[in-house]
Amino acid sequence: MKRLLMMLGLAALVLGGSAARANEPVKLGVVYPMTGPAAVYGQNGLRGLKLAQEHRPTVLGRPVKLFIADNKSDKVEASNAANRVIQKDEVCALIGCLTSSNTMAAAPVAEKAGVPMLSPWATNPLATQGKKNIFRICFIDPFQGAVAAKFARDNLKAKSAALMIDISQDYCVGIAGFFERAFTKLGGKVVLKTHYNTGDQDFSAQLGAIQAAKPDIIYMPGYFTEDALIARQARELGLKQPLLSGDAAQADELIKIGGPAVEGLYFTTHFDEQGVTTASGKRFVAAYRKAYKEAPDSVSALSYDAYNALLDAMERAGSIEPAKVVPALEQTKDFQGVTGVLTLVNHNAIKPAVLLQVKDGKFAYVATVNP
Amino acid sequence: MDAAQLTQQMINGLTLGSLYALIAIGYTMVYGILRLINFAHGDVLMVGCYFAWFGAVQFGLPWWVALMGSMALTAALGVLIDQGAYRPLRRAPRISALITAIGVSFFLENLGLVVFGSRPKAFARPEIFNHIYQWGEVRVLSLSIWVPILTAVILAGLLLFIHRTRTGMAMRALSRDLVTVQLMGIDPNRIVAATFALGSALAAAGGVFWAMKYPQINPLMGVLPGLKAFVAAVLGGIGNVTGAMLGGLLLGMTEIMLVALLPELAGYRDALAFILLIAILIFRPSGIMGQELPE
Repeated sequence: MKRLLMMLGLAALVLGGSAARANEPVKLGVVYPMTGPAAVYGQNGLRGLKLAQEHRPTVLGRPVKLFIADNKSDKVEASNAANRVIQKDEVCALIGCLTSSNTMAAAPVAEKAGVPMLSPWATNPLATQGKKNIFRICFIDPFQGAVAAKFARDNLKAKSAALMIDISQDYCVGIAGFFERAFTKLGGKVVLKTHYNTGDQDFSAQLGAIQAAKPDIIYMPGYFTEDALIARQARELGLKQPLLSGDAAQADELIKIGGPAVEGLYFTTHFDEQGVTTASGKRFVAAYRKAYKEAPDSVSALSYDAYNALLDAMERAGSIEPAKVVPALEQTKDFQGVTGVLTLVNHNAIKPAVLLQVKDGKFAYVATVNP
Repeated sequence: MDAAQLTQQMINGLTLGSLYALIAIGYTMVYGILRLINFAHGDVLMVGCYFAWFGAVQFGLPWWVALMGSMALTAALGVLIDQGAYRPLRRAPRISALITAIGVSFFLENLGLVVFGSRPKAFARPEIFNHIYQWGEVRVLSLSIWVPILTAVILAGLLLFIHRTRTGMAMRALSRDLVTVQLMGIDPNRIVAATFALGSALAAAGGVFWAMKYPQINPLMGVLPGLKAFVAAVLGGIGNVTGAMLGGLLLGMTEIMLVALLPELAGYRDALAFILLIAILIFRPSGIMGQELPE
């Protein structure tokens, strides 16, 4: 009898123990820019993540808990924040960072700790190159730059281009280089390359130099604040060239700050609600519009996809152990995401790009370009 | 570069320079009187912009009412900062007050992030400043004509105030000797409060015009203009309001001309501003207007 009681007690302990473990949350670290020049991306991205968590609150029968760390749009802070969530909160995987520079700064931390990191939005090829644990679910800039160059040559009939490059962002420096390569290959000529830093507000001198170079288009793949200010100052100075930008232009603030000056601006990006094809995509758009009363942007959609792709990998691995999740992530195939069907090749996604234009104070869908 | 382009770039330089000058005047005035480098000046400017934004964009007030309201509120904020942060340190070593100023700067930035949020807000530019004049290929925004005029008017007003009014005289006396002025029946706390009120109101004015030219505001927007205004103030001889105006114009013009002549080096523009600062500190620490005594 005594023995039986003891056995029962032990069994209760074991069961109780595993029940506690089953309820123990799966900790995911989110290293996003919540403040600083990239804050809008971080905040929109977090909306996507929150929505994803709402739609799918558990993985492997355990609740998911997000540990959000602000990287302040800063490289040093990105590395610190990644360290903090890995060491202090003991997260088993990271989502982030958003911008290429921040992702590249946080990547060595995740590599060293052996924690998988999935970036929704970092497009610079170096972010995942040669890394074991770093993945992304967006296309990379050699593709995005080439799409922009082809569009400039074929549709805008541009023979020459001037580049306006934000040299404090790895994304801008990278994509501008890829654009130049593709544009030159297609027979175009880059007549002037000029630079600025994130946070600059006066671009009149650079634009004056561009005016003197008389290009057919201006390619300016910067953040939306700078893009909006450049567009305004360009129009004030009487520059009439078409403006072409990249995925970082996609924020409502571009139109609010830029006003009529950004009217007609084209940019390449990942996602537009009019280009949605998958069922999960339609569900996401409806839920996002209901919750936030505005159209979802690329960062929120990609964040939503990153969350789901990560959880899918955990389910395929049957574990949240980094050593098992990393190979599972590598094998991500035909993932039905909001931003399209996704297969990871060499840790990067091969996906179509979307071209948008600002029209009547809204983002208007122009085309989808397949790789 | 042909003549039209050169003229255009010079106008660009003048526009930027006069904005630097407008901000630097307030910066340097506080230093001249209190011997305190108020590193929070740029952040006070930011708060001033938000006050104006609430007035003009949220409540739909005419721009000049919003500007006046913002200047008044920011002046009150300046007095509050003085009371809370600097007054307890009035007799402490100067370095303590300097470090406190940096603390105030961080405090305002982070308070701004919490209260206003970090998403940038679009600032409105009133019609009167939005007109574009065109002569041949040269184009000038009406704001670019108004800002230098306004800066000159403010400068003249400030000089008159400091030299011709009793409060101004008390300010100048106080800048020489804090203890002795008390023997003359002057309440130093009242005078210091007046200095901060005036300095902060000028910051608000500078900020609002800055935001009209570069129409977006965010809680960290004050950092760059603050630093540049500091460089301009040192260039001109810190503490000297006329010098600050000259320093601002020189800095703006130099920055624009560097980029205009060597567009490939445009990324080094801020570096140039700070190299200029270092050079001034090494070769002519007292600045262009080169006098040791404050205005």
